[in-house]
Amino acid sequence: MLNKLPEQPASTTEALSPAAFLQAKAAWRWPEILFWISAFGLILLLPNRHLLLNEIAILGLFALSLDLILGYAGIVSLGHAAFFGVGAYAAGLLSKHGISEPVTGLVLSGAIAGLTGFLASFMILRGSDLTRLMVTLGVALILHELANRLDWITGGADGLLGVTIGPIFGRFDFDFAGTTAYVYSLTTTFLLFLLARHVVQSPFGLSLKALKDNRLRASTIGIAPNRRLIAIYTLAAVYAGMAGALLTQTTQFVSLEVLDFARSADALLVLVIGGSGYLYGGLIGAVAFKLMKDVLSAMTPAYWIFWMGFILVILVLIGRDRLMAMLAKPFVPLLRLLGVRRP
Amino acid sequence: MTFALETTGLSKSFGGFEANADVSLSVAKGARHALIGPNGAGKTTFINLLTGVLPPTSGSIRMMGEDVTRVSQQGRVRRGMARTYQINQLFADLSPIETISLAIAEREGSGARWWNRVGKDSAVIDESEALLRRMKLGAMMTRRTATLPYGKQRLLEIALAMACKPKLLLLDEPAAGVPEDERHDVLDSVEALPDDVTVLLIEHDMELVFSFADKISVLVQGALYAEGSVEEISTDPHVKAVYLGEDTHV
Amino acid sequence: MLTILFDGIAYGMLLFVLAAGLAVTLGLMNFVNLAHGAFAMAGGYATVVLMNRFGVPFLACLPLAFLFSAALGFIAERTLYRHMYERSHLDQVLFSIGLVFMAIAATDYLMGSQQQNIRLPAWLQGRIAMGDVTIGLYRLFIVVVCGLMALGLQWVLAKTRFGSQLRAAVDDRRVARGLGIPVVKVFAITFAFGSGLAGLGGALGAEIVGLDPTFPLKFMLYFLIVVTVGGTSSLTGPLLAALLLGVADVMGKYLVPQLGAFIIYAMMLAVLMIRPQGLFARGR
Repeated sequence: MLNKLPEQPASTTEALSPAAFLQAKAAWRWPEILFWISAFGLILLLPNRHLLLNEIAILGLFALSLDLILGYAGIVSLGHAAFFGVGAYAAGLLSKHGISEPVTGLVLSGAIAGLTGFLASFMILRGSDLTRLMVTLGVALILHELANRLDWITGGADGLLGVTIGPIFGRFDFDFAGTTAYVYSLTTTFLLFLLARHVVQSPFGLSLKALKDNRLRASTIGIAPNRRLIAIYTLAAVYAGMAGALLTQTTQFVSLEVLDFARSADALLVLVIGGSGYLYGGLIGAVAFKLMKDVLSAMTPAYWIFWMGFILVILVLIGRDRLMAMLAKPFVPLLRLLGVRRP
Repeated sequence: MTFALETTGLSKSFGGFEANADVSLSVAKGARHALIGPNGAGKTTFINLLTGVLPPTSGSIRMMGEDVTRVSQQGRVRRGMARTYQINQLFADLSPIETISLAIAEREGSGARWWNRVGKDSAVIDESEALLRRMKLGAMMTRRTATLPYGKQRLLEIALAMACKPKLLLLDEPAAGVPEDERHDVLDSVEALPDDVTVLLIEHDMELVFSFADKISVLVQGALYAEGSVEEISTDPHVKAVYLGEDTHV
Repeated sequence: MLTILFDGIAYGMLLFVLAAGLAVTLGLMNFVNLAHGAFAMAGGYATVVLMNRFGVPFLACLPLAFLFSAALGFIAERTLYRHMYERSHLDQVLFSIGLVFMAIAATDYLMGSQQQNIRLPAWLQGRIAMGDVTIGLYRLFIVVVCGLMALGLQWVLAKTRFGSQLRAAVDDRRVARGLGIPVVKVFAITFAFGSGLAGLGGALGAEIVGLDPTFPLKFMLYFLIVVTVGGTSSLTGPLLAALLLGVADVMGKYLVPQLGAFIIYAMMLAVLMIRPQGLFARGR
């Protein structure tokens, strides 16, 4: 189904009936289709960059997961790596203890991360932005500390060794060029994206937007915020956990890094670059982030972190919108078609 | 006789300050009841107690005969209580059609559905559309709410409350701040509210109160000061002294 | 046992001085500055450089560290932070995390990534015995200095003209401006002073908590705990929270070392869940 939106939505949409308007809003636009075609096309077009592309797909999925809670529910998290890490360790431990089929491992890891997210979600229901900030950070720190201390299970600071991953569905082996890895990660990301796209366009997704927009009024029309927040937080944790599991399975290694603060910050930066609240921000941001990291790390190997900070400061100070408008003037119509309302 | 709304000895104090003291108010079913009072009389606190935003220090609230003092905000909405806000509380990023269908879906218990798209449920959309047309918002159903003219936003405020199909509607200064040329739209919509909805109007605007209400209660310094028909209140010398006298210039 | 308690108190006092500036910017001005630790680190490194390269005595380094960090804070406030006051919390968080990363990398570049040491003067080394309790002289010194700072701070906020100007400016910027209070200046001075205090804390703490480029990140949560657990209505709350945190952390590490930092994190989560407004905040 391919519906082209009129060029000037503000003046012409009034002519649309409400049902048609809502349908047009949810319809696939051609830049979206183009985006996914190119993502899959890169399997053939860039055969020797599959390892990097695999990393991008995983980071994109992780950032998408953060977007679900930040962009759609307005929850600021400083510790989203917690769920990424749980998924990563879960996948590693599952493979070590006999479940080496990747897809089974992926689903189970996502479920374990989701359970963690479900439990953690009860702590973010009360309080202000600041308390949420600290709770999310605190949960990630506790898990980091746990992974560090329980070294007989996790390998502690040395990382989890001996992760061996079997072929996907018993048929497709992981290769050194990363081709299987990229196809696997991209497909997973795509399927989860489809689900996310479906969810944010549902009545449930609409009620989340309403909660983020005006929690007071949402409560007065009978929306009980807590259940909705628990649900989306749990879903986001599943996504993050699957991203972590993908990393473990495609690199056959887990270290404490998966729970690092820097990983949570990465995801935030990706969303700052790509924009939040329209689902593609995480994916586009991940591409830009990885490319920048590649270039800047090559220039000043030890000080990537400086540039990361610099980009954050500049983007926030000038304002992402204004900076993007300057940089991406030619792409504005494209972004608008992708669903960015104020590019 | 059961009342649509009945408060008994309702009090709320913040620290040492009594915002509401021993307010016993009964609103008959289907009534057009107005609650007036000078600034700082405790009207906002009272509405917050009624809707469950604040717990009362003492006293009880009954709605359609049922004690709802301990019922949550959402529980009261489900039992048929809806309110509007003095200062617009709308969803700036959503369109009116989304706003209203959100409330209707919530009322029908389908608001948490994640497996189908907004707009798939044609019963919800049709009802939203009809309501918006009735509220003179038909021409701008698909615009971003933040871009609507102020008077239209006030109408959406009322439409959103009506979307909850309330038995009891609390209107908090519906005409506040509306420019003169859009004012009659708002007044008309308030007049045209269905008869089976009980309305408690909290208002500053005497013209609106006198034309709309069949009964008026006056709140002064947190306590009920007088109660009666429009005639009685508008001629009561005491009310004039504490309230109308100082406020007629508004 | 009492020795451990005293160590905890000293640690807590130190945390208070480190976080006091944040208590004001975050607590009163409602500005989320995760980069507060960077100013503390700057004070610590200033002390290291002054002592090791220029042979400045330790006592003289302390006020210099204060001034250095205060100057940095002042410059940062004037050029960067003042644009962020009106922004959303998310923007403030992202912005200040960015600063943290830049500070870490810059320090690493300038000073190297190794742990820095300072040599305390002889008269601050050693311990004295008071009955059964032996107390490290340096710990005692910290308690005295930080105690004086806490008292001074309370006095400035509660009793001086500047304190009342600050409180007015925080309450309502426009009204304060209307009353002729130089709001911009008051905020800048407050920010600089808070950064200076952090710098002093960094200088005092280098010996106890260590100093390396990741300092701002490592202690970010500790500072936030002091402020949020303490509540944001006064300085007494953060002081009590800092003492509690210091004692709990030190005791925990002595008594049940295998639990590590769990005690602190678990305590924080518990407090935030039960009292989101802070442990010592007045109920609203």
